[in-house]
This record gives sequence, structure tokens and C-alpha cells, in this order.
Amino acid sequence: MVLNCKHMWGQISNYIEGDVDPGLREAIEKHLAHCRHCAAVLDSTRNILVLIADDRTFELPVGYSGRLHARLREEIASRE
Amino acid sequence: MAAEAPSTGPAAGVSPAVRDAELIARILLGERELFHELVRPYEKSLYFATFSILQNEQDAEDAAQETVLKALKNLRNFRAEAKFSTWLISIAVNDARARLRHARVLKFESVDETPPDEDGGFTPSVISDWREVPLQALERKELRELLQKAIACLPEIYREVLLLRDVEEFSIAEAATALDVSEGVVKTRLLRARLMMQKLLAPQLASKRSGLFGLFPSRAGGSWF
Repeated sequence: MVLNCKHMWGQISNYIEGDVDPGLREAIEKHLAHCRHCAAVLDSTRNILVLIADDRTFELPVGYSGRLHARLREEIASRE
Repeated sequence: MAAEAPSTGPAAGVSPAVRDAELIARILLGERELFHELVRPYEKSLYFATFSILQNEQDAEDAAQETVLKALKNLRNFRAEAKFSTWLISIAVNDARARLRHARVLKFESVDETPPDEDGGFTPSVISDWREVPLQALERKELRELLQKAIACLPEIYREVLLLRDVEEFSIAEAATALDVSEGVVKTRLLRARLMMQKLLAPQLASKRSGLFGLFPSRAGGSWF
């Protein structure tokens, strides 16, 4: 199986997930070994996903949890 | 913060599913205070699910609170085939979508659910090499804002799947259940969302690297993936 760059891009997400069969994985890795553009696309995509997954990227509003539980307490009390 | 009887919950070390099942059984038998403990691990996911749709902190918080109240009210309807967290997030997604419709700000977006598209349409930013942006760089406000803005630029259907899978680490199956779409649709949207993020961010991160990351030591020789 020989992949071109467009095929590679179509599989990049599944490849990151580890959700490709062994034959396709081998073809992807063969392509990545000689295509620096696709290797850079994969590396940058992975790096961006690591960054957005970090707790510091998205923070909860200050006091969110306290307000949530206060509302819940009121609701539970009203049902007693 | 007032105690919500955390000491009376299930023993530490049990799996989340077992813990949730035990708590739900006790809540349904009358120990309603334990509902605080049941939802606590999922508070953050709830907020990000609603924020991914509403893109407004106050609206997202309101929707998260409303979700918790709806879940309490409808707990008897919860069926254990799904995880409690997935059920909770699906309520959140539906509530947030209803708010959008009510506010009449729902923009028409493509709901093209074709199988994964290998023939183009969504292309990455083609670059010749990539130097890793280290996690320490997230201390810089500018980088966080860049990431948040890029996610905000995504159409809603891509933003919600990216946040559930890549931020909240739902499995593909859990994201599919929460969003009420097939796993194939989740994979298609995820591919497009990830390529859009790469296209939006890779050129900016590459061009701003010196300005953003000048404080960090070069990792020459070891910085490539």
C-alpha cells in the first residue's frame, strides 16, 4: 500500500488514536519516513493536542464549584 | 464550603462505575445529599461541554447548574448501560443546544456526516518542520489565549467533539453517546477539528515561537517528536 500526502492527512486523526490496522500503519510510517511535510503536520498536530489537553489551557471560572453546589443544596432542601 | 457528607460515600479505590452505581442506589433510597458527591468528579467536564457550545462563561455555568438539577430530578431514569458521566454530559449538551436555539443565535452549520474524507476538503497547514512547543510555555498567557481563540473559531460540531475527546478525554464511544451521533461521525468530526486546529495554530506558533518562548531554553538536538 502506497499513500500520498492527502491520504495521509485523511488518516492522521485515526493514526494518533492508534485506530489503524497494521497494514495501514506500516504504509503511514513508510510515508512519514520520507515526507518531512507530513511528519511536521503530524508532529504539530500532536503537539497542539498535548497543549490543549493541559489543565492550564482551560480554567474553570472562579467560584464555579461553590455556586454549583449551593444551587444543588437549595434544590435538595426544597425537595425535603 | 459546607460538607456534603463525603465521608459516608463509597470506599476509596473502587472504580468510578462502581462508585457511581453505589451512590446512585443510595440517593434513590433517600440519601439525596450524596448527589453532591456523585457529580463532583464531573463538574469540570460539564462546564467544558456547555462552554464548547455556548462560548460564554455565564451561560455555560447556568447550563451546567441546570444540568445538575435535571440529573437529580431524572436520576430514576438513568439506565446503567451508559456511564453516569456520559449520561450527565448528554443532558448538558442538550441543555446547551436548547439555550442556543432559544437565543436564536444558532448559525447554520454543515451537518455533512460523510465517512472520513481522504480526498481533501480539510487540509492541514503544510510546514516543512516542527519544533515542539513545550508544556512549560502554557505559563504564558499569550499562548493560552491563542489556543482558546483557535478553539472558539471552530464550528460548534467540531468544537464540542474536540473538547470531549481531546480535553476531557472521553472515549470515541462515550463522545458518540453524549453527542447522540455515531462513532463514525465522531471520528470524522475529530479529524476535521484536529486538522483545523493544526491549520489555525501551526503557522502562528511557528512564527511567534521566538516571541512566546524566548524564555525557554532551546532543546536543540532533542526537541523533535
